[in-house]
Amino acid sequence: MYALSLRHIYLIKGSLPRILDLIYWPTIQIVLWGFISKFFTLHTDLYNHTVGIILSSAILYDFLFRSSISFNMLFLEEIWSRNFTNLFVAPLKVSEIITALTATALLRTLIGIIPAVLLAAPFFGVSIFALGPSLVLLFLSLYLFGITLGLLVTSGLLRYGPAFENIAWSSLFLLAPLGCVYYPLSILPDWLQMVAKILPLVYIFEEVRSILLDNVVNYSNILTALKLNLIYFTSAVFIFYLAFYGARKKGTLINVGE
Amino acid sequence: MVAIEIKNLTKQFGNVWAVKNISFEINKGKIIGLLGPNGCGKTTTLGMMLGLIKPTSGSIIINHNNIENNRTGLLEKMNFISPYIELPKKLTVEENLKVYGKLYGVKNLKEKIYNLMEKLNLFEFRSRKTGELSSGQKNRVSLAKALINDPEILFLDEPTASLDPDVGDYIRGFIEDFASKKGSTILLASHNMNEVERLCHEVMMMKNGEIIDRGTSGDLINKHGRKNLEEVFLKIVRE
Ligand SMILES: Nc1ncnc2c1ncn2[C@@H]1O[C@H](COP(=O)(O)OP(=O)(O)OP(=O)(O)O)[C@@H](O)[C@H]1O
Ligand SMILES: [Mg+2]
Repeated sequence: MYALSLRHIYLIKGSLPRILDLIYWPTIQIVLWGFISKFFTLHTDLYNHTVGIILSSAILYDFLFRSSISFNMLFLEEIWSRNFTNLFVAPLKVSEIITALTATALLRTLIGIIPAVLLAAPFFGVSIFALGPSLVLLFLSLYLFGITLGLLVTSGLLRYGPAFENIAWSSLFLLAPLGCVYYPLSILPDWLQMVAKILPLVYIFEEVRSILLDNVVNYSNILTALKLNLIYFTSAVFIFYLAFYGARKKGTLINVGE
Repeated sequence: MVAIEIKNLTKQFGNVWAVKNISFEINKGKIIGLLGPNGCGKTTTLGMMLGLIKPTSGSIIINHNNIENNRTGLLEKMNFISPYIELPKKLTVEENLKVYGKLYGVKNLKEKIYNLMEKLNLFEFRSRKTGELSSGQKNRVSLAKALINDPEILFLDEPTASLDPDVGDYIRGFIEDFASKKGSTILLASHNMNEVERLCHEVMMMKNGEIIDRGTSGDLINKHGRKNLEEVFLKIVRE
C-alpha cells in the first residue's frame, strides 16, 4: 500500500515541472481572485471583508478541487502509463488501492495549496487561519468530498474506460455554482437552493462566511457537512467496489486504454 | 501435485464466446505452452486465472484455493508479463523494481533487485527512466518485475515478442533456469513455436475458445504426422 504511494512520490520527486505544475494553478487562482476582490473593495464600501472572504473561499474550494483532481490524476496516470494491469495483478486489495490513492492525493494537494496559502498573507493580507480551529474540520470535510468525487469519477474510468475522463473535469465545474462557494445560498433561485442543500459544500462555505463576517462558529453547519460527506463517501466507496466488479466482468482490467 | 485446476471455464463478452467450457490441470513445476490463432481466447484465459476477468461460469483452483475467494492471497505467489502492459515510464528501472518489490512484500529487496538486474543485463540501465529504454530492454525490466516475488505460478503472454533472436534466446534460457531452480509452474502463451518447443513440457492447442489438443510437442508432431510444431499449428488452425 505504501509502495503504491511510493510510486507516485518517485514520480513527483523525479520531475520539477510536475511540482511546478502542481503549484502553478492554485497560485494563479489565488492571485486572480485576490486582485478581483481587491478591485471590488476599491469601489464599494459594502463590507470590507470581501478580499478575506473571497480569497479564503477560493483557497478552500481549490483544496477541494485539487484533492479530487489529484485522486483522478493518480489513477489516470496508471492508465496512461499502461501500468494499470500490473497493479491489478499485484496482491492489492481494493480497499488498499483506495487508501493509497487517498493518502497520496492529500500529499499532492498539499504540495499545490501550501504555497498559495502562504502567498495570500503577504500579498493580500489574508490568512485562512483567521477561520480558527474549525478550519481543521472544514478542511476535513472538503477533503472527504474531494475524495468522494475522485472515487466516483475513477469508478467511471474503471467501468467505462478512459473515455469517461471528460466527465472528470466537467463534473467539478458543475459543482462550483451549486456549492455556493463565493455567494450565500439565498442568491440561488428556490429550486436550485433545494438541490444545493443536498450538497455538503453549501454548509461549508456558509460557515466560512459566518465565521469571517460575524465571528460566530456554527457547529451545526459543520456537523451537517461532515455527516453528509460521510454518507456520500461511503456510497462512493460502495460504487467503486461495484465498478471494480463490473470491470472484471467486462474485461477492462486487462486491456483498458486500447 | 496439481498447481492449477480449471473446470468448465467459460467467458462470454456480450455475444462473443471468448472461452468455451475448457477444463485442464497443470502439475506443479510444469511449463505448459498455450498455442492458438489470434483471438482464440488465450489472453482471456490468462486474465481469468489472474482474477482480472470474472468467468461467466466455471472454476479456477490454484494451489487448492478458488481464485474468487482468495484473490489477493493467491496473487502474492503469482506474476504476469504481457507486451501490452508496461511499467511507469517516468520511473527509473530501479525505482520501478523497488515499487513492485514492495507491492509484493519481497524480503531482502535490494539484494534481489541487484541480482535480477545483473542476470538480466539491466545493471547499466538501473538509473535510466524506464520509458527511455528500447523495447527489448523494457521487456527485460518487465521480466524482472515478473520474477521479483519468485512466483510459484507465472503467466507469460508472449514474453519474447520484441526481443532480437540473441536476447530472446538468452531470456528463454533464463526462464528455463528460473523455473527449474524455483520449481515454478508456468503457463506460456506464445506465437513462437521454437520457444514453445524448447521451453514447454507440454502444449495445449486452443481454437475458437476451446482447447482442442494437448500433449508434448513430440506427441503432437507424431499424432498429426507433421515435421514440426509450426506445421501442426497450421494444420489445426486451417482445419
Ligand atoms: N474485454 C473484451 N470485451 C469484448 N470482447 C473481448 C474482450 N477481450 C477479448 N474479447 C474477445 O474475445 C476473444 C478472445 O480474445 P483474446 O484476447 O483472449 O485472444 P488471444 O488468444 O489472446 O489472441 P491474440 O493471439 O491475438 O493475443 C476475441 O474474439 C476478442 O475480440
Ligand atoms: Mg493475447
